[in-house]
Amino acid sequence: MRLVLRGITKRFGSVVANDSISLTVEPGEIHCLLGENGAGKSTLMNVLYGLYRADEGEIELDGVVQHFTGPGDAMAAGIGMVHQHFMLIPVFTVAENVMLGNETTGLAGSLDLEAASARVTEISERFGFHVDPDALVEDLPVGVQQRVEIIKALSRDAELLVFDEPTAVLTPQETDELMEIMRQLKEAGKAIVFITHKLREVREVADRITVIRLGKVVGEADPKASNAELASMMVGRPVELVVHKDEPRLGADALVVKDLRVVDAAGHTHVDGLSFTIRAGEVLAVAGVQGNGQTELTEALLGLQDDVHGSIELDGVELVGRSTRKILDAGVGFIPEDRQVDGLVPGFTIAENLMLNRSFRSPFVKNGSLRISALRDFAEKKLKEYDVRARDIDSLAANLSGGNQQKVVVARELSRELRLLVAAQPTRGVDVGSIEFIHKQIVATRDSGIPVLVVSTELDEVVALADRIMVLYRGKVVGVVPADTPRQTLGLMMTGERPKDLKDVVA
Amino acid sequence: MSTTTDHPTPDTGGLAPDPAVAPTRKAGTRKVPTILAVVTLLLGLRLLTTSRSGDTTFRLAVDSDFAKLPDAVLPSSATAWIMLVVCLALTAEAVRRMLARSHQPLWLPIVFALAWMLGFLSWEAAGSRISIVSLLAGAIALAIPLVFGALGGVLGERAGVVNIAIDGQLLFGAFAASITASLTGSPWAGLVAATVAGALIALVLGLFAITYFVDQVIVGVVLNVLVVGLTNFLFRQVLTPNAESLNSPERMRALPIPLLGDIPLIGPIFFRQPALVYVLYVIVALVAWSLYRTRWGLRVRAVGEHPKAADTVGIKVNRTRYRTILLAGAIAGLGGAYYSLVSVSGFNREMTGGAGYIALAAVIFGKWDPIRATLAALLFGFAQNLAGVLSSIGAQIPPQLLLSLPYVITIFAVAGLVGRSRPPAADGVPYRQQ
Repeated sequence: MRLVLRGITKRFGSVVANDSISLTVEPGEIHCLLGENGAGKSTLMNVLYGLYRADEGEIELDGVVQHFTGPGDAMAAGIGMVHQHFMLIPVFTVAENVMLGNETTGLAGSLDLEAASARVTEISERFGFHVDPDALVEDLPVGVQQRVEIIKALSRDAELLVFDEPTAVLTPQETDELMEIMRQLKEAGKAIVFITHKLREVREVADRITVIRLGKVVGEADPKASNAELASMMVGRPVELVVHKDEPRLGADALVVKDLRVVDAAGHTHVDGLSFTIRAGEVLAVAGVQGNGQTELTEALLGLQDDVHGSIELDGVELVGRSTRKILDAGVGFIPEDRQVDGLVPGFTIAENLMLNRSFRSPFVKNGSLRISALRDFAEKKLKEYDVRARDIDSLAANLSGGNQQKVVVARELSRELRLLVAAQPTRGVDVGSIEFIHKQIVATRDSGIPVLVVSTELDEVVALADRIMVLYRGKVVGVVPADTPRQTLGLMMTGERPKDLKDVVA
Repeated sequence: MSTTTDHPTPDTGGLAPDPAVAPTRKAGTRKVPTILAVVTLLLGLRLLTTSRSGDTTFRLAVDSDFAKLPDAVLPSSATAWIMLVVCLALTAEAVRRMLARSHQPLWLPIVFALAWMLGFLSWEAAGSRISIVSLLAGAIALAIPLVFGALGGVLGERAGVVNIAIDGQLLFGAFAASITASLTGSPWAGLVAATVAGALIALVLGLFAITYFVDQVIVGVVLNVLVVGLTNFLFRQVLTPNAESLNSPERMRALPIPLLGDIPLIGPIFFRQPALVYVLYVIVALVAWSLYRTRWGLRVRAVGEHPKAADTVGIKVNRTRYRTILLAGAIAGLGGAYYSLVSVSGFNREMTGGAGYIALAAVIFGKWDPIRATLAALLFGFAQNLAGVLSSIGAQIPPQLLLSLPYVITIFAVAGLVGRSRPPAADGVPYRQQ
C-alpha cells in the first residue's frame, strides 16, 4: 500500500506540532522517520492513525483520500500501529487482545475464541514469532508483547505498519530480532514506517530516511550517511558524537567499597562481595547486562537498600548504616536510573523539583518555611545554565520531554558541593542533543576532582565516559579493565567469562 | 582520550541470563491459618465458658413439602465439641500447609465454615429446634437486593466506572416501583419503573463521571444522599397523604415452580420464590456468561482495564461505559423493587438500610466477578438472617452483638479473606480523548 501525506499540520493551542509535513511511503519499503524526542514524529503518526484530527492537509492511501474519524477507520483502511506504550490489555490472553475490536462471533454475540487462537497461531507461524495464543499478556516478556502488537495489526490485514519507537523498551538481542521481523514484513510487501531517534537502528534497516525537526521535514537522508551527518540534520547543528576528555588528574582514593553484599527482602543476594575503589577525579563505569546487581549497588550507595553488609567509605567516612539523608549530606549526588519514579515528582514544578535534595534547610528553607524568592532565582539560573527547554520554572516536570526532565535531575544533583557522583543510566530515553550535554556535565564533574560512578547498560556510553570499566555479572566483579578494552572482550566479560590473560587495572 | 559513542554494539543480548528473582509468595499465606485459628478460639471460648445440655433438632423440611425429610436430632453438647475438634484439625492442616509453603485449597475454609456453623448452632440452639430451610430461605430473601446491587456494581466497575450510587439506585427503584405498581395495579409495571429509575440515577452518575470527569466516588456518595433526601421528602409530602392511591402496590406472591419446587430442602429454598427472584437467576447467569464469553463482555472489560488500548482498536470507550452503567443502574434499580413489592408492599423511607454499601463490599469480596459477587452477597444475607434466627431461638448472645454480626462478617471478608484481589486497572479513572 502506498501512503502519501500532504501538508499535514497539527496544532495544540499555540504550539505547532506538525507544520505542513509531506511524506510518501512505498510498499515493500522501510521508511524511517528520524527526529529527536518532541520533534513531532508521534503526533504525525497519531494523525495518520486517526487518534488526532489534522488541522490541515490530507492522507492518501493508494490514491484515495482518507477521512479518518478514529483509529477504527484507519485500521479498516489497512493501517496497523505498534505503539511505543503497548496497547495491550495485561489481563487478557494473546488471542483476546488480538481479536478485541475485530471479534469473530457466533450465536448471540458469543466469542469464537478458537478462531482467534487459530488466527494468532497462523500469523505467528508464518513469521516465526513463537507466540502462545492462550498466554496472558502480562506474563510475557516485553519483546514478545511487542510481537503480539504486530500480530494484532497483521490480523486486521494491515498493509502499512507503523512502529513508534519500538526499540525503547527492548534489550539489544530483542532489538536485533525486531529488525529481522521488520525485514521479513518488508519482504512480504508491507509498507513500514519506523519512528526512532537511534542512529544505529536507522542505518541498519532503513531504505529511506526522512528527518523531522521541530515539527517540520528538514529533508531526506541517505541510509549510507554517516552518524554525524544524520545527527546534525536531526539536531539542527553539528553534534559531537565524541566525548572529549583529557587524561584524568587522579587524586587520593575517595570511594572505597569493601566486600559489599546486598540482599533483598526475599533473601536473594544481588550484590555479592563487591570490592572496588574510585579515586578523586576518576570515572569508574559499570558495564553489564541489566539485572546483574547494578540497581542494587547504586541504591546501596545511597542507603536505599535495607540489608547491606560490608563497608562503603567515602573520604574515610563509613556510609553503610547511615540514613539516605545523612548520605546526601555527606555529599553524594545521585542520578537515578528511572527519573520518572525516583528522580522527579511529576506533579511538581521545575523549581520545586530542583530543591528536592535540599528540602529541609538552607538555602531554600529557613525556620521551616520556604524561601520562595531564593528558590526562584536559583531555578531561573539553572534553567538557563542547563538549557532546559520549558516555558518557565513553573512548568510541571510531567510536561517536559525526557531529555529536559533528565537535565532538571542533573542540574539538581550537580548544584551542590559533591564528594561523589553516582549516575545510573544517565541518558536513557534522552535525545542526542541532551546526551551530549549530560555527558559533558559528567566529564566536567570528574575534572573538578570528584569521583564518579557511572552505571550504564549502553556499552557506547560506558566506553565514552569511563577511565576504567568494571564489568558486573550476577552481582560479582568479572574484571576491572581499561577504557580502551575491545568491545568483543567486554561483551564476553558481560556473560561472566573472564579472559585468561586479563589483568585488572588499578587506578 | 576520546571515543565515539556510536559504534555498533556487540551482541550482548541473550548472553547473560538475567538472574531473575523468582517471585516469592510471602503475603497471604499466613492469612488463612490466622483467621481459622481466631475463629476456632472464639468457638472454644464459647464452649468453655457456657454450658449446654439436651438435643438440638435441625428441621430439614417444611410442612408443605411433598416428600418430607426427617428431622435431624443431634446431642447439642457432643456435636459442638466434635465440631470444635474438626475445626482444630482443619486449622492444624492450614498451619501445616503454611509451614510447608504450599497452597491453601479452597475446600479448607469452606469445610471449616460448615463444621464451625454446625457446632455453633447446635450449641446455641440446645433444647430447641432450628429450621434449616427458614435459615437459608431467609438468607436468600435478605440477599436478593444485595445480589442485584452487587451485579450493578460489578458491571459498572468492570467498565471502569465506580458505582457507589448502588444504594441510591436501589432506593429510587423501590420508590418508583411502589408508585407505578400502585397507580397501574400491576407489579410488572412497577418492575419496569424500577429499572428506569435505577438507570436514571446511573445516567446522572455517568454524566458527571464520564462526561465531566468528576470524582466518581464523590458523585456516587452525593447521589446516594440526594436520593435519600428526595424520597424522604416525597414520601412525607406526596406518598403519605395519598397512601391509598400511590403507595399500596400489590405484593408479588411466591410462585412455586412445579417439580423443582418439590425437591426436598432445595425446593423450598430456591424455587418457591416470587417471579422477581427467578428474573434474578436469569440475570446472574446472563451477566456471568456474557461478561466472559461475548463480544459485548470483552469490550466492557477492555474499556475498564485499558481504555486507550480499546480506543486504538476502534472501540468507543465512553459510549461503552455509558451503556454499561445504564444497564448496571437498571439491574440495581430492579433490585430496589424487591423492597417495596416483595419484602413488604409499599415504600418506606430509607428502606434499603444502606444495603447498597454492603453490595459494594460484595463486589470487592467477589473480586469483581458476577458469580463470586453473588456468592458474597448470599454470605452477607446469611449473616443478617443468622442474627435474626439466633435471637428468635433465644440464644444467649447480647442482641447488640448479633445486630453487628453482618457488618463484622463484611469487614472480615473484605479485609481478610479476599486475598490478593485486583480491581479493573482503569476502575474509577475517567477517559479523556485527545
